[in-house]
Formats: sequence, structure tokens, C-alpha cells
Amino acid sequence: MKKVYIYKGFERFWHWTQSILIFTLAFTGFEVNGAYEVLGYETAVNVHNFSAISLIILIIFAIFWHFTTGEWKQYIPTKKNMKAQIEYYITGIFRNAPHPTRKTILSKLNPLQRLTYLALKIILIPLMVITGILYMLYRYGLNGEIHSLKIGSLEPIAILHTIGAFLILAFVIAHIYLTTTGHTPTSNIKAMITGWEELEDEDDDKKENNVNTEKNEKNENE
Amino acid sequence: MEIFESFKKTFLFIFIVIFPLTIITLGFSNFFEKEGNLGELKEKYSRKKISSVDHSKFEILQKDFKDPHEVTAACLSCHTERGKELMSTAHWNWEREEYIEGRGITYLGKKNLINNFCTGIMSNEPSCNKCHAGLGWTDKNFDFNNQLNIDCLVCHDKTGTYEKATGMGGHPPVGEEAPDYKNIVANVGRPMKHNCGYCHFNGGGGNNVKHGDLETALLNCDRNVDIHMAKDGLDMNCVDCHPAENHQVRGKYYAVSSSNKNRTYCTDCHNPAPHKQQILNEHTIKVDCRTCHIPHYAKVNPTKLYWDWSTAGAIKDGEGYSVKDSLGREVYTSKKGTFIWGTNVQPEYVWFNGTADHFLITDKIEKDTININTLFGSYDDPNSKIIPIKIHRGKQPYDLKYKTLLQAKLWATEKGEGAFWIDLNWDIALKIGMEYVGLPFSGQYGFINTKAYLPVSHMVSKSEDAVSCRECHNRNNSRLKNVPGVYIPATSYKKNINMAGTALMLLSLLGVLGHAALRIRASYKRKKLSI
Repeated sequence: MKKVYIYKGFERFWHWTQSILIFTLAFTGFEVNGAYEVLGYETAVNVHNFSAISLIILIIFAIFWHFTTGEWKQYIPTKKNMKAQIEYYITGIFRNAPHPTRKTILSKLNPLQRLTYLALKIILIPLMVITGILYMLYRYGLNGEIHSLKIGSLEPIAILHTIGAFLILAFVIAHIYLTTTGHTPTSNIKAMITGWEELEDEDDDKKENNVNTEKNEKNENE
Repeated sequence: MEIFESFKKTFLFIFIVIFPLTIITLGFSNFFEKEGNLGELKEKYSRKKISSVDHSKFEILQKDFKDPHEVTAACLSCHTERGKELMSTAHWNWEREEYIEGRGITYLGKKNLINNFCTGIMSNEPSCNKCHAGLGWTDKNFDFNNQLNIDCLVCHDKTGTYEKATGMGGHPPVGEEAPDYKNIVANVGRPMKHNCGYCHFNGGGGNNVKHGDLETALLNCDRNVDIHMAKDGLDMNCVDCHPAENHQVRGKYYAVSSSNKNRTYCTDCHNPAPHKQQILNEHTIKVDCRTCHIPHYAKVNPTKLYWDWSTAGAIKDGEGYSVKDSLGREVYTSKKGTFIWGTNVQPEYVWFNGTADHFLITDKIEKDTININTLFGSYDDPNSKIIPIKIHRGKQPYDLKYKTLLQAKLWATEKGEGAFWIDLNWDIALKIGMEYVGLPFSGQYGFINTKAYLPVSHMVSKSEDAVSCRECHNRNNSRLKNVPGVYIPATSYKKNINMAGTALMLLSLLGVLGHAALRIRASYKRKKLSI
């Protein structure tokens, strides 16, 4: 095993801020949806809108980061190992079999993660952002007058936004659970906090791995 | 050291990302804020109006008037054109020329409409027309072209002592009871609350019976009852919001009006987007100011919510009788039937675009319940907004054969003239009433459910008492739950989607818990084996 600096500063900041914002959005969002009464409707709406704008800005930063660092390539889907990965979660994990996909800096994600996160990024998050922006702006004020986007009704927007919210929540449940399937139950989450993770260290790749680690640290310090 | 390095990076990003983000977001929420004009308005309406003339100094007003027509003649001798002005108004004609979709140009008003309170003025003019701005409209022969029939004083008496007689069609009492004309004519001027209220507070036959938001309490109320007319506030007059030009008073009541013109709006004075919270301003595109700012009406005295004529006419010991409830409200009287009253009533809500239709006495009844008036509007109509209304429900006589509403003769002075309020006999009262109107009556009558849609516009509350977000935005008991066509967050939530979503979450949770349980069991077994 080898300790590797796998999650960079921005990546971790982005991940945790996003998680806080998503929890806040879910909590206030379902209050706006009428599921419960905790903060009070007005506060829930204001916090929800504030968090939403924050998240959108964060997402813009994250997109920029993904493209400038080339990290977007992590999400290119692959069929390789897909079957093995599925079999691992269904049977292998109970036999304490080894992970079929080896986590490296260049390939942090297993084929299932690649597919899920890609879907999250190009379907679910855009769905939430677009419906959210329409929700917020279908009535807007300009020069002391109120105008309206030419949308027949808020209803389809609200319905899609709610469906998206449930899908994200389902993702979050699975996501949190799957963090425990790493080397040890807490190794993945520790890695996302500190950036460092102990990764399997096969002889063939030892050299390459070390080089990457050093390179990465160098990048970080710049 | 490595951890410190990564934290440094985090701090840097907090500075670069969080800080500008907060500024941008805060900027967003305050960007559209507009300065309110309340200060300006308060200053304007607290200025005392100073009259430019003292009517007590006019020679022509020095004599002892015996007859109100003489007073009118004296008024018109100086205000030469005002008579013609008044004669073109609804206050005089009790009808308006208006266009109604599906009917064309109509001439409708109190003169010829049927309502679901006392049903209508026709054949009852001596009593009902006490509230006409004229003198002695007791039957069809009233001369609408005689300027001397105008009653100037009912609107312009500032002493508050001018009275009209009961049963004389708007004529004041004569003889001993006659008003003190000399004092009154010396004190005439711009109408005050008591002038308008003399009639508008008493619609339907008593204080607050009809409107619910217009009543005697407004003459002397605090800011909890009406923010505009409060004694401890601006103490505004009716005509401050309902100004008149050439005697055409701005504002109308859709119990009798039909078209979207000459209306009075909150935004005549207030900014159209006056809230600090932009999201509240955005509501104004579909929600009328009144909807949030009049959370309740009939805040002091009760108003009638239900009037069932079908029970009228019961006789005890050879005579009609009345029943009062524990609060002293008349809940039954043989003359009129059964009532339900309400105090501090929460309005109902409908879409309204400023146009209305009315159920005419010639219209055919085709449903179990008819709308005495219909307010037009819908979500899709850009001119429509949600407004608060009082719905006055009732049951009133209709012709079983001809399927039309019926006009009953209710009022008379003597027994045997066929008036229901004296003789308690529907057959005769309806026959005489319909004869007067000039429409057929089969002799067979029943009682039909009716609804009158009466917009609530007064008794505006303090801003802090406005309807809260939660009162409309909640799943079970929203004020707007019966307003069709609009998606209201929380209120219009989709039960199926929320159930499916909750099921999805539970399944995910069950899945991961099951998976976790299997893993724990497997690892336990492995440990056992290795031992």
C-alpha cells in the first residue's frame, strides 16, 4: 500500500461545499414543497434561493476546474470491468474479494461510478439548475414592474424539479453507503477530507504511481 | 505539513469563491428594491382640506326651507351644471350602460337586477329607494329628468343630521321630523364617511348585512379594523380613494357592475411593486393586493353569509316571529327566513379580470345553483388576478314552470296590499311582484340555491397582519385551495410524485441497509472461520 494525494484542494472544497448546499437545498426544498414546517416558509424560500445561487456559482467554478485540469476525462464512460464491478457489489464484496477496478490518480472512478457521476453531471444537475432557474425567474422584476416569462404554468417546472430532488436524494443515500466499501469502511471518506488515501500498490505500476504522486504534490504546491 | 498545505488551499478558495459568491447573492436579493412612497402618501392625506367657501354666508341659503326640492333648487342656482352631471351617474340612474360578453350592450343596475338579499327593488321602491340619491322614487312614475328630484344633501351634509324617511322612496321626513335644513345647508361640502356610509354601510337592509367590509364601525375605528380609515391613523374619507370628477365617482361594485372601467385601484396611490422582498412583488402579477392585505372582513359587526327565504312565512300564535342567537343576531324571522351571520370572516378567493355578468330575471335556470353574478377570470387570462370575495349564499323563490327567478312584493304600509313582510303569503306576494315587473308567473314556485360574488375591498389590515406565506402555501388548509388552474408551491404538491419519490428513497435505504447487513454477516462468518 502506498499513501497517495488523490483529491486536490479545490476538489475537496467543491465536494464538501456542494454536499452542504445540496443538503440545505433538499431540506429547505421539501419545506417549500410543504412536507414539513421547520424554518418557516419565508425563511425556507430565502435560504433555498440563496443556496441555489451559491451552488450555481460553485458549479461554474467546478466546470472551469474540470476542463482546465483535464479531470473531466475521469467521467468518460467505459465498458471495461463494468460486469466485474457489478459482480463485485453483488457477490465479491461478501467474500472479501479484491476490488476489480484499481483506483489510481488518473482513474479514480470505477466504471459504475463513471457512468453514475456522468449521468449526475449531464442530466440530473442540469435538470435541477434549469428547472430551478425557471422556477426562480418565471416572474421577475425590472424597473419597478413585474414581468413574466411566457411559460404557461409553473406546474411542469415544479414537477420536474421535485422528481429531480428525489433522484438526487436516492443518489446521496447510495453514494454515502458506497463510501464504506473502500479499503476500510472509512478510508474513502478520510481521503475526501484530507486528500490522501492508501491505494493498492501493484508492482507493475509502482513506478508510474510514484511519479504521479510526486507530480501531483508538486502541482499542489505551485 | 501536508494537511496544513491543503487547508491553506481551502482558505484561499473560501476567499476566492465564498466571498464573491456571498456578495453576488446578497446583491441579487436587493437589486430590485424600490423606495416606497408611504411617507409621501401620509403627508398628502394628513393635510387638512380647507373649504374655499362658507355656505352659511350665502343669502339664498338663509331662508327656512320647508321642502327638500327647494334646497335642491337653491343649490342648482349657483351650481348650475351639477344637476345634469349627477343625472348621468349610476347614483341617479341605478343602471349603467355596459358591455357584457354574450349579451352585448346592457343597461343593468339596482333598478332592474335581482339579488339574493331582499331580491330586488321592483314593487318595493318606497322602502329600498330610501338609498337613492333622489327625492321620492316610490314607483315607476318617478321623473328621472327633473333636476329638482335630486337629493344633494344626502351626500353633501357635513353635520351628519340629514336623514331620509323610511318608506318614502328617498324623501326626507316631513313635519316635525323634517331635517334642520337651515343648519344643514350652512354646512355642506365634500362628502364625508357618514354620507357614503348612510347607504353603503346599510346595503341588504341593515348595518354590514351586504358588504361585510363596509359598516358603521368604520366611522370610528382603529388601525386593526382599517388602516386607511382609522381614527388613530390617517382617518381617510371614502372620496380620498373614490374621487369624483363631474360627480362620476371612481370605483364600482360588481354586484351590479359589469365592465372593466372606472375602477379604483390600490396602485392609484401605492407603488405597483412596493415590497422590500422582491418575491412578494412577483406575486402581484397574479395576486391582487387585497388578497394578502385583507385577511378578514366583518371585523367588528357581523355580516350575512346565508339567507334562506324558503323557511320564511312561519306563523306562531297567528303571527310571524323572530329568533335570535346567543350573540343577539337574528337567525330567523318569519318575514325573511333563516340567516347565517359571520364575524371576522376569512374571504373566499376567485380569479377576476374586472368583468362580470349578472343573472337576469328573464334568464332560464338550468342548474341546481345559480350565480346571481358571475365574475370572469382565469389563470391563463393576463388581466386576471386572485381577489378576495364574500360569497353570499341563499335560497330564493323561482318559477317552477318558467324556470326564472321571481320578484316578490315585500314592502307595504298596510295589511292586505299583498306585501310578504306583512301578509306572509308567497302566492300573492310573488303574483303582485311579477305583475309589477311585467313578466309571467305560473303560480308554481320553488326555492333555488343562489350565490352572489361580492369582492372584498375594504378593512385593509396593517402590513404586519397581512396573510402569511404559510396560510396559502400549505398542503392541507391553504386559503387558495379552491382557486383553479394555478400551481401554488406546497398547496399544489403532487401526491403521487411525492409518494413515488418517498418509495424510491425507502427502497434505496432498504437496499443499502440490506447490503450492509449481508456484508457484516459475511465478515463475521469469515472471522469465525479464520479462528
